Amino acid sequence: MIERTPLLNIATHLILILGLVIILVPIWLAFVAATHTLQAVNSAPVEFWPGDQLWPNLKEAWVQSDFGPKFVNTLIVSTGVVVGKITLACITAFALVFFTFRGRMLIFWAIFITLMLPLEVRIVPTYAVAANALSPFQTIMDATGISWLIATLSGVEVALEWNLLNSYTGLILPLVATATGTFLYRQFFLTIPDELVEAARMDGAGPLRFLWDVLIPLSKTNIAALATIMFVYAWNQYLWPLLVITDRATYGMVVVQLSDLVPDQLTTGGGTPTWHLAMAATLVVMLPPIVIVIFMQRWFVRGLINTDK
Amino acid sequence: MRRACFKFSWIAAALLAPQLLIIFIFFYWPSAQALYWAFTLEQPWGGGNTWVGFDNFTKVLSDPYYWGSVRVSVIYALATTVIAMGMALTLAIFVDRQLAGYRAYRVGIIWPYAVAAPAVGLAFQFVFNPGAGIFSYINTIAPGWWDLSKYPWQAVTAIVIAGAWKQVAYSFIFFLAALQSIPRSLTEAAAMDGARPLRRMVDMQLPLLTPTFFFLLVINITDSFTDSFGIVDTLTGGGPFRATDLMVYKIYADGFRGFDYSGAAAQSIILMLLVMALTFVQFRYVERRVHYT
Amino acid sequence: MAEIIIHNAGKTYGKTTIMQGIDLHIANGEFVVILGPSGCGKSSLLRMIAGLEEISEGQIQIAGTVVNALEPRERGCAMVFQNYALYPHMTVAENIGYALKVAGVAKAERLARVQATAASVGLGDFLDRKPGQLSGGQRQRVAMARAIIREPKVFLFDEPLSNLDAKLRVQMRHEIRKIHNRIGATSIFVTHDQHEGMTLADRLVVMNKGTIEQIGTPSEIYDQPASLYVAGFIGSPAMNILPGHVSIARRGVVLEDDSEVPVALPAGLPDGHLVQLGIRPEHATLVAPGQGSFDARLDMIEELGATRQCNLIFEDIPFCLLTEDRPALHPGATVGVRVAPERVHLFDAGTGRRIAPATAAVRQGREQPVS
Repeated sequence: MIERTPLLNIATHLILILGLVIILVPIWLAFVAATHTLQAVNSAPVEFWPGDQLWPNLKEAWVQSDFGPKFVNTLIVSTGVVVGKITLACITAFALVFFTFRGRMLIFWAIFITLMLPLEVRIVPTYAVAANALSPFQTIMDATGISWLIATLSGVEVALEWNLLNSYTGLILPLVATATGTFLYRQFFLTIPDELVEAARMDGAGPLRFLWDVLIPLSKTNIAALATIMFVYAWNQYLWPLLVITDRATYGMVVVQLSDLVPDQLTTGGGTPTWHLAMAATLVVMLPPIVIVIFMQRWFVRGLINTDK
Repeated sequence: MRRACFKFSWIAAALLAPQLLIIFIFFYWPSAQALYWAFTLEQPWGGGNTWVGFDNFTKVLSDPYYWGSVRVSVIYALATTVIAMGMALTLAIFVDRQLAGYRAYRVGIIWPYAVAAPAVGLAFQFVFNPGAGIFSYINTIAPGWWDLSKYPWQAVTAIVIAGAWKQVAYSFIFFLAALQSIPRSLTEAAAMDGARPLRRMVDMQLPLLTPTFFFLLVINITDSFTDSFGIVDTLTGGGPFRATDLMVYKIYADGFRGFDYSGAAAQSIILMLLVMALTFVQFRYVERRVHYT
Repeated sequence: MAEIIIHNAGKTYGKTTIMQGIDLHIANGEFVVILGPSGCGKSSLLRMIAGLEEISEGQIQIAGTVVNALEPRERGCAMVFQNYALYPHMTVAENIGYALKVAGVAKAERLARVQATAASVGLGDFLDRKPGQLSGGQRQRVAMARAIIREPKVFLFDEPLSNLDAKLRVQMRHEIRKIHNRIGATSIFVTHDQHEGMTLADRLVVMNKGTIEQIGTPSEIYDQPASLYVAGFIGSPAMNILPGHVSIARRGVVLEDDSEVPVALPAGLPDGHLVQLGIRPEHATLVAPGQGSFDARLDMIEELGATRQCNLIFEDIPFCLLTEDRPALHPGATVGVRVAPERVHLFDAGTGRRIAPATAAVRQGREQPVS
């Protein structure tokens, strides 16, 4: 379209640059702080340009927070959550879309309602369940008298116990249920023409074969989109790991480590706050998901827009 | 719905089981547990629980600290939502003009989505720090005027700005997607009718964004109730004087620091109802996202 | 020997019966076309044979085996779908070979067979393409090849040509028939297009509202439609239908304006019996007013090139007539219509079924070439 709007174009650029500045300034300041020495950061005037201490600060922050194993942990948990969520979303949606059975809608709604129960609002009892993931079954068996029955018949006391605290399973399992992912997959499966299913059946493929040979290759875009947002989601988990992991040295995740870096009376003991190290650590922790979002921008945006509706 | 289906078999059951088990154990059971605790008095170290009816709720609702928490949660929700959506909308409309470099602008606005909430909190704690950040300037002019750890309104302002900063990207992505799905022919028709770019923004784009706008409004408010934990925990720790004790934070603090399971459960139930109401509104009234299709 | 015997088959969804009492016997190697408007149940019948839909009642036998409870892959049928249903992420070769892969055929043999089959439908150069990079006709060929490679006992076609443009459709129609002639497998082809039906079929099955109206060779169906429904459905332009009653005294049928059309009345038809008279547009001729069986008003003449279609109005009923002449007439003119008695079809006004005319007429009718 031919349109000459020089003034508006200048205004557009000005507004967008202003917006970028507002968004970048806080992180820029954090970055600058991470490049100076303790003294330079804590003395007026404030530095606005990077110094030369970035590398030493990063190294010190890395060692101080013991980031090595924590990055490995975070990577393990994030990968676990991503793979788990995508797998669960895919197989659940597959069963819901390609099989007919009573109670299909009931299951759909059961999954849907979990959207209204975010982790934050059921945090205390969820923690209690994580301490023994089999406690629901124990309670049910006790209440219905099955435990008593077993105890009387066989003499075995039923005591189901599966402690998830301080384990990768405990970090991953409660996070892998996914209503949004299931819906995204369901949307996608509903666009698969009936005839494709029939052609596969005529070709002799059963349900699992059809899922593996046809649907999964076709849902590559879906997988990429889901993987991106789920990775960011998993990496940035804070509250849950804060609770289930008390053994930080073995199972700690990097984002949780940030809570130890808040330079207050507790951490500095009244000394000069170590902002240069806190900011260096912050940069290290936030970098991987940012890289993913920037490089997978297309998938990320698509995943975000399609999962939330 | 679909005419070509496989017959239900053990395969389907096996495919459904994992997710159903997980949501039962980690969603429904804890929620039921919260409900149970909310109506009973539970000793944290065992010893049974007694039915107390609405006592826990009465206690919570007559607690001035709880109402303080509700008040600041509402302020936080509204303020972050208004700031974030206002900024996101403005930026999206101008990015949508697709002038030179718009891809760079887009990336520049989107990336904060990927920053973890505690990292945002920590970075902003530095920015707002009275001794080291840019606000130390203010304190050299008026010593002691700016201190997050002393003045409640400053602490609230800080979490609002940090929260809004984090939310901009999300709203921006949705606004931009909605703008870009406006059919090109519509814009061209408006241009043929003589509408210039600014005019088109007002007459075409804004009205067509209404559904997205309402959708984001609800989502942002819901998120601000649940996702604020990381920011508060690293930026203010709920203080000073409980000024930033948002509802989620208070549940966490009461449950895990105060071991008041029943009080925390009652608060959880209230927050759950709030989230459910908002989700319901979203699906019931904000369902149709785009009204030109 | 893949003969297909369908006995009293029916299909119900809940309480709605969409098909009932289907009896059909298809000989080995026969090419049968099921013809009918959309919603008549023809696709359901095909899908019941394929095993994609369940049979609510009755029985289907393929090659001597009752297949009611068998899964699609156990029936030895191959199907070509309306939208081709090609796997979008697989190449042409993978699409064609998929059934063999599922069946566990060794890779070398599979490749050889894919190549041979692809070459036989002219796809030899496209094996590495994805369906998205093919034209409509090529996709159709892939769908065909995918069916052929399995060497099925039965070929099923579900309106496979309806997504092609007119020219390609005629071309593919010929190819399908040639492939059938070469392979000789029993084929069932569902379509709503009567030209496809007439040209492809050894035998036509005309369906309406879930039941079979008539089964016969294309010429039988054209020359002796069993019902008003078949008469109106087959033939383009459609057969003209005029109401009237039998008059034995006047040796024919008396129309509403008291004009008469001579018909070889079958014996035993009662005087005054209400009938519908069927006259194909190509079996009526224009004559001067008063010279023909009845007079009508000319509404419009449409030029079709080889012929002209004259749209007449008789007693508020449209009447269509094809002529090779170029009549110099203006709309509104009154014309006469002459009908050859042996070309007239008689239907019972109550049941809509055909009333067989006296035998002499039948033989002459049979000599009619098919359009």
